[in-house]
Amino acid sequence: MAIRILVGVKRAIDYAVKVQVKTDKSGVVTEGVKHSMNPFDEIAVEEAIRLKEKKVAQEVIALSCGPAQCQETLRTALALGADRAIHVEVTGKDYEMLQPLAISKLIAAVAKKENVDLVLLGKLAIDDDSNQTGQMVAGLLSWPQAVFASKVDIKDKTAEVMREIDGGSETLRVKLPAVITSDLRLNQPRFANLPSIQKAKKKPMAKMSPKDLGVDIKPHQEYLSYEEPPKRQGGGRVASVDELISKLKEKGLI
Amino acid sequence: MMNFSRLVSTVPLIRTIRPASWMFQSRNMSSAVINQSLYNLTEEEQMLKETVARYGKEHVEPFLREMEEKEQFKPEIIKAAFDQGWLGIEIPTEYGGSGFDLFSCILAIEEASKIDSAFGGLIDIQNTVVNPFFIQLANDAQKEYYLPKLAKDMIGSFCLTEPTSGSDAFALKTTAKKQGDYYVLNGTKMWISNAGISGVYLVMANLNPENKYRGITTFIVDAGTEGLRIGKAEKKLGLKASSTCQVHFDDCKIPAKNLLGKEGQGYKYAITMLNEGRIGIAAQMVGVCQGAFNKTIPYTKERKQFGQRIFDFQGMQHQIASLATEIEAARLLTYNAARLRDAKLPFVKQAAMAKLYASELAGRVTSKCIDFMGGVGFSCDYPQEKFFRDCKVGTIYEGTSNIQLNTIAKFIDNEY
Repeated sequence: MAIRILVGVKRAIDYAVKVQVKTDKSGVVTEGVKHSMNPFDEIAVEEAIRLKEKKVAQEVIALSCGPAQCQETLRTALALGADRAIHVEVTGKDYEMLQPLAISKLIAAVAKKENVDLVLLGKLAIDDDSNQTGQMVAGLLSWPQAVFASKVDIKDKTAEVMREIDGGSETLRVKLPAVITSDLRLNQPRFANLPSIQKAKKKPMAKMSPKDLGVDIKPHQEYLSYEEPPKRQGGGRVASVDELISKLKEKGLI
Repeated sequence: MMNFSRLVSTVPLIRTIRPASWMFQSRNMSSAVINQSLYNLTEEEQMLKETVARYGKEHVEPFLREMEEKEQFKPEIIKAAFDQGWLGIEIPTEYGGSGFDLFSCILAIEEASKIDSAFGGLIDIQNTVVNPFFIQLANDAQKEYYLPKLAKDMIGSFCLTEPTSGSDAFALKTTAKKQGDYYVLNGTKMWISNAGISGVYLVMANLNPENKYRGITTFIVDAGTEGLRIGKAEKKLGLKASSTCQVHFDDCKIPAKNLLGKEGQGYKYAITMLNEGRIGIAAQMVGVCQGAFNKTIPYTKERKQFGQRIFDFQGMQHQIASLATEIEAARLLTYNAARLRDAKLPFVKQAAMAKLYASELAGRVTSKCIDFMGGVGFSCDYPQEKFFRDCKVGTIYEGTSNIQLNTIAKFIDNEY
């Protein structure tokens, strides 16, 4: 039986942009700044499409939570091959304060509603680097999880996932339904070709609100301030190992 | 008359109005302001632009010098361009094309040319010269045979220019003689782009030289036809990755069904198609200007002399601002000409203006960019010198600047 996949895509600041902290330290500048699909989510979408091409999956649903501009990101997912899209609309201050736990609740609610067999997410988003959403979705649904996937094989409602870990890699076998998050080496995403971009126009995009899903998205953490990392200091040269040791002791590093 | 067409051209006729790409963020969709700027792109156009830009940066840019040295495109790039649908943009979907319009071609050409003028040229020639001949003039059998191939994996060449006829195109000497079920072509064409890699050649030859230009006829010649010989590739100042060769016809026999359109109408067809091709070249030149700028301005903000960034010198700022203004003007001329053509409104004067302005500008912008870079601008380790060499042909091919000026003057003459 071919499975159904829910892929989460996040609209994040483009990787090539030089991010600037707002002068009042309340966040980073997003107005007029180029945004695109989180690169790890592109890898997740690519994996979902490949599973569909292998006839392992029969349907790929793309999901994004955020303001109206998220629909552009969803259209990109449709242009890459997703069958339909769901936009959970969160705007204004609610969006600024939207945190991984709230997003996880939204994704879990949609996964249950759509009765999917697999939730595929990027391992983290390049704007906040949280690396929490996939894990929390699995927790909320009480589903098994295999995160930092670098290889995914699915057969008979079981996924064999090779994961990248500190010591190298490990292979897990998880029973579907499950949550898998993509790591960099999982695949090389395709470019959306022009006929697919054309077809994406006609694919359905549903809109709903957190209330429709019965999810409370109130934040549990408050962001106090944003700052740039300290400017890089120049190094120094030393003439001998002894000098190196005394300099390190001086700086309180050893 | 002119006022009417200007009013009509500012009303989006066949377009969906989309409030904003990332450049113009509107917070509240329900109070959407109608964006009539020439930068109002549909989501699909925006996606096409971004895809070409990204592909160019990741898969073309690293190989520019290599392709220049080998004087050919990497086969993977040509294949990717086909697979992505970039070489059949206007071909209708029932023939395997993408079914978009000329404006989408322009966007793709501009983005590609920001990375490499030859890559932009590849997309330009197929979409704005070769494909339109087949889409607009071919009969059903020819469309069914050639359009799917042109969309999928066949490059085309357009053969008009000869050693003794450039601007005076219709003084061409290549002859065609009807012999039963065949035409026999004899002659030599010169400066033919893609000649080394094409699967089909659109050839302008004269069926009735006594009728002068009224004998010029368009023929479809398949690669490998006996009597068709591709000469060796020209060594050029720029656009080196693009193959440019002489093409020889020695008693080249082609079936009568390879006549394109009507006998003796070739000169009309050539003029019509070249008017559209002009907009493509304008887009290529705008891309070169912007590409050179993109590589140069960041350097001026890093490089310091006399204790400040060279960007901070007022003299530099004035030159940079002036060129940036002209690049914007060239882009808008190009976009507007494309929109007019897609709306089936008169566009020939605007197309000539766009090509003239953008190609002349590209020479100045790339030269100044080398100046802004200082000594390293002269080095082949930096991209400015390649942009400078690549754009030189812009004022020459598809109608020299002087020919464009003649065309524009003719229109002005008719307006007063």
